[in-house]
This record gives sequence, C-alpha cells and structure tokens, in this order.
Amino acid sequence: MQQRSQTGALLTGLRCLPDFAFRAWVLVSAGLVLLYIFGPLTHALLAPEWSVFLETLKDREVLRSIGLSLYTSAMAACIALVFGTPLAYVLARKQFYGKKLVESIIDLPIMIPHPVVGIVLLSVAGRNHPFGELLQSVGITLMGTVTGIVAVLVFVGMPFFVNTVKAGIEGVPERYENVSRSLGADRRATFFRILLPLTWRYLLVGMIMCMARALSEFGAIVIVAYHPMVAPVLMYERFTAYGLTYSQPVAVLLILVSLVFFLFLRVVSQPDRRQR
Amino acid sequence: MGPTGSGKTLLLESLAGLVRPDSGTVVVDGRSITALPPEKRSMGLVYQDHALFPNLSVFDNIVYGQRYHGIDRHEGKRYAVELMDMLDISALADRYPENLSGGEKQRTALARALACKPAIVLLDEPLSSLDPQFREGLRRNLKRLHEATEAIFFMVTHDFVDALSLADRAAVIREGKIEQIGDTADIFHRPVTTFIADFVGMKNIFPATPDNGLRELTHAAVRHRGVPFDGSGHIALRPEDISLAPDNTHPHTMAGLPGTVRTIVREGFTWLAVVACSGVEIVARIDQRSLLNGVIQEGRTVYVGLDPENMHYIPKLPG
Repeated sequence: MQQRSQTGALLTGLRCLPDFAFRAWVLVSAGLVLLYIFGPLTHALLAPEWSVFLETLKDREVLRSIGLSLYTSAMAACIALVFGTPLAYVLARKQFYGKKLVESIIDLPIMIPHPVVGIVLLSVAGRNHPFGELLQSVGITLMGTVTGIVAVLVFVGMPFFVNTVKAGIEGVPERYENVSRSLGADRRATFFRILLPLTWRYLLVGMIMCMARALSEFGAIVIVAYHPMVAPVLMYERFTAYGLTYSQPVAVLLILVSLVFFLFLRVVSQPDRRQR
Repeated sequence: MGPTGSGKTLLLESLAGLVRPDSGTVVVDGRSITALPPEKRSMGLVYQDHALFPNLSVFDNIVYGQRYHGIDRHEGKRYAVELMDMLDISALADRYPENLSGGEKQRTALARALACKPAIVLLDEPLSSLDPQFREGLRRNLKRLHEATEAIFFMVTHDFVDALSLADRAAVIREGKIEQIGDTADIFHRPVTTFIADFVGMKNIFPATPDNGLRELTHAAVRHRGVPFDGSGHIALRPEDISLAPDNTHPHTMAGLPGTVRTIVREGFTWLAVVACSGVEIVARIDQRSLLNGVIQEGRTVYVGLDPENMHYIPKLPG
C-alpha cells in the first residue's frame, strides 16, 4: 500500500510539471541521445588523415575483410529468411502451451555474452560432442572457417529477424488467410498469394536487422574464427598493433559502406504513400 | 439470428472449417465434413468487415478462388463480369479495396464468394455495417442473387427484419444454444420463449397469471393455442396488433379495455404509446394521424382493443 502511494505521489508531482517544462525535457533528452550517438560517430568519420584514409582504401586486406563481413552477414540474413520465416509465422498465428518459453528462448542469443556464444558453438561442433562428430564426418568444421563465422552470425542475428517478422505478420489480419482458405486456396497458396505480398517488406526489414547485428559482431567471431578476418576483427588487430591512426580508417570505411547499404534497403522497403 | 455475443460468428467459422469444434460433427447433405479443411468444403464466406485482399484489385479479388473450383479462366471471367453487373460494381473492376466505399466493398465480397459457384454461401451480418439507406438495396441484391444462383445462403444476423425479408427458415441462437428452429413465419408468430418473443418484436410480454385484468383474454389466448393452462407461462403481443381508440369502437373480434395513456415515445417513423390498462402496461403502435388529430394524448383515456388470436401464449418450458 505504501509503495503505491509513493508512486502515486511521484506521478502526481510529475503531472504538475508545467507544460513547457515537459516539452523542454522532451527536447533536451532527444537532443542528448542524438548527440551521444552522432558525436562519436562524426568524430570517427572526420578523424583520419586524408592520406592515411586513401591508403586504407587501397589496402587489399582491408577490402577483403570488409567484403567478408558483408558476405557472411548477408549469408546469415538469407539463412534467417529461409528458416526463420516459418517460425515467425507460427509464433504470430498459433497459440500453444509454452509459447512464452519459446519466445524467451529465441531472445536468449541477445542476452548471452558474445564470447560465450562462440565457446558454446565451438563445443557443440567440436570433436568431443556427438553432433560435432556428425558434422566433421561430412567435412564441416567451424573453427577458423567462414562456415563458423556464418554459424555464429545466424545464432546472434536470428532473434532480430524472427521478432521483426513476427510483429509484421501479427499486423496482417488473420481474416485474410481465413477468407483465402474458404475460397479454396490451401495453406501454401494462401502464403504465396496473400501473406507474402502483404509482408515482404517486413521480411526485408527483418533481414536488415539481422544483417546489422551480424556486421557488428566481434566477441563470438574472435573465439570461433579469428581468421579469416572480418572487418571488426581486423580493426581490433590494427588497433592493438598500430594504434588508432591505422584502425580508424577501417572503421570509417565500414561505417560508410554500412550506411549506404542500409539506407538503400530502407528506401526499398518503405511503402509509397499510396499503398500505406 | 441472435444478439451480439451469442456465438453466431463462431458457428459460421465452425461450418467453414476455420475453427475446430471441441465435439460434435458438421454434416452437409448427409455427409460428415468435420474433418475436411476449409479449402475443401466448397463454402464461400463473406465476413462482416469484407476482408478484401488489399494487394489485389476488385476483379482479381473476385476471381481469386475460381481456379480451385475447376472453373477455367475464360468461363470464370465471364461469370465474374456477370456477377459484377448484377451487383452494379462493373465500373470498379480495376480499383483497389482501399478506394471503395463500405457498400462497394460489401458487394465485392459477395461477388468474390459467389464467383466460385459454391454450394453454400455463409454470410456474417452482411447488412449490419451498412448505412440504413443501403440496407434495403443490399437486401434486394441478396434476394436476387439467391434466386439467380443455386447456392444455399446461410446468414447470421442480430436483426430479425433481415430474417423476415430474406429467409424461409431460421433459428434463434442465444448464449451458444439454439432456442428455436423453424420456418421464419413460425418463429415470428409463435416464438417458444419470452426471449425470442422479445427478439422478434413482441414488446408486450407479461406473465399469464389468471388474476390479472386480462383474464378473459388470457384464457381465450390459451384456448386459441390449444394447450392446457396451469397458470404459468407468458402472453406475448405485438404493438402492431393493438388498436387504440378514444371510445369503445373496436372490431367485434376485439375486446376493449379502458386505460390511460402514460407516455408517447417516438420510434423511427412511428410512435409507441404506453398505456396503463388493467394493471399492466401495454405498448401499442400508433400512426401519425392518430397522434396529429389529438385522439391519443398523454393522460387521456383510451380504449385498448385486443384480439386473443394475436395474443400468443408461451407455455413455461420444462426444466
């Protein structure tokens, strides 16, 4: 009881804030948040010397690492698309016992410290584990391979994809699917003729989310596959070996490439005024 | 028909196969279809909110299901055009659902269900969401479509006027249970419960106790019904079947009882007069003329004409 009256008193007190004070709070907070994000980024973008930056652009190792980052993240996004979409559909449409548990499990990769992710994946795929033995018998290893990197990225990126797509599908009334089926279309036809056209933007945004998460992954990749080096790993190595001057340009390049890429995807996935 | 929340939509969805029943079977034409998925049931479904596919044009919406019913493209297109003509939406063929009015969406949804030539068309309160001036038009359309196609129309509604004007057979559902099934006229004239009596517009419902002022009439009504009278049950009477006159000049089939007008209430285009008479309150419908020439006024004495043939006796239900 006492707790409630204390909260109530607090809220009443806050509600008494004059309107201008509320608006000031909104503006100042928004400004601070934006400054906090843009400030360091702008500094990072403007810091490198031009000559060093140009040299970095021509550095084959840098270009290769950025290419690898993009490639592995895109692979992870595609895998999420193929395997994550059905799961997102089931979660959006079906009620079942233990659903909350399943949703929490899907969120786990977000919470687990990244090195732990790498360690867990390695131990499952390693020689001492039955599943790992199965993998190695078909020639699949995770340690130090591109496959390993992609495996890590799928693990950390999947929750972002599934949650985005699930929210998107929830936004499409189930009535449409019901009507489609009552008109004679089976589940497969309904999916491709009705659901997909109405949700493909969410699938795209889900892929963007997954890829964004994947591009920035470091801790898990370092454990599983330090080599071949993705961009964050290269940056780290250059920083420890040569310092800020030679690692910053790599960061700038990666930021620019990502910015262009995501901007492009956002534009493509935005519905035009008419359809909205 | 039944009030909101009685389970009408659920019933419809169970018939269509979109909701799996916990128990029981769905039998059509002697065949049990309970295990069939919706796409195999040949039942068109028209939702109250139309649910037109937003990513398809009106025409594409209409022909959507034809390919699953063995209708080839040519014949399908021809039939779709015919339906659009009948429903007066031919001009809208290339429009998208977001650019249609409520009535246009409703007609498109109808055309879409019928274009597949289903055996049964399920309609979920098709007239409820329409403006009153369009309801009459859609009722006529439904009647015409029903006559033109060979499909069975199965409609749920909370307005018994829809049932009266469109259906030969009806059922009343309340809180998940069917209370009466039969010919629509039968339900309209001889409801078996007081709830149904009220639902079909019998505003006057009172217990058939032998010692109320309507005693003679009550007995006559019970006799008319042909069942033994044990002092229980109710009498139900429509406002339209009551005659009000300033003096006791009623047709000889009616008995006239004196009463006082308590209040006059407007209802739509007519009025209802609430008259205190013989210890009960009777609601009678009066026309504009009686009102305008001052014959019926609040506080005035009037004579209430009641015909036992129009007084419906509802025996108390067992259990």
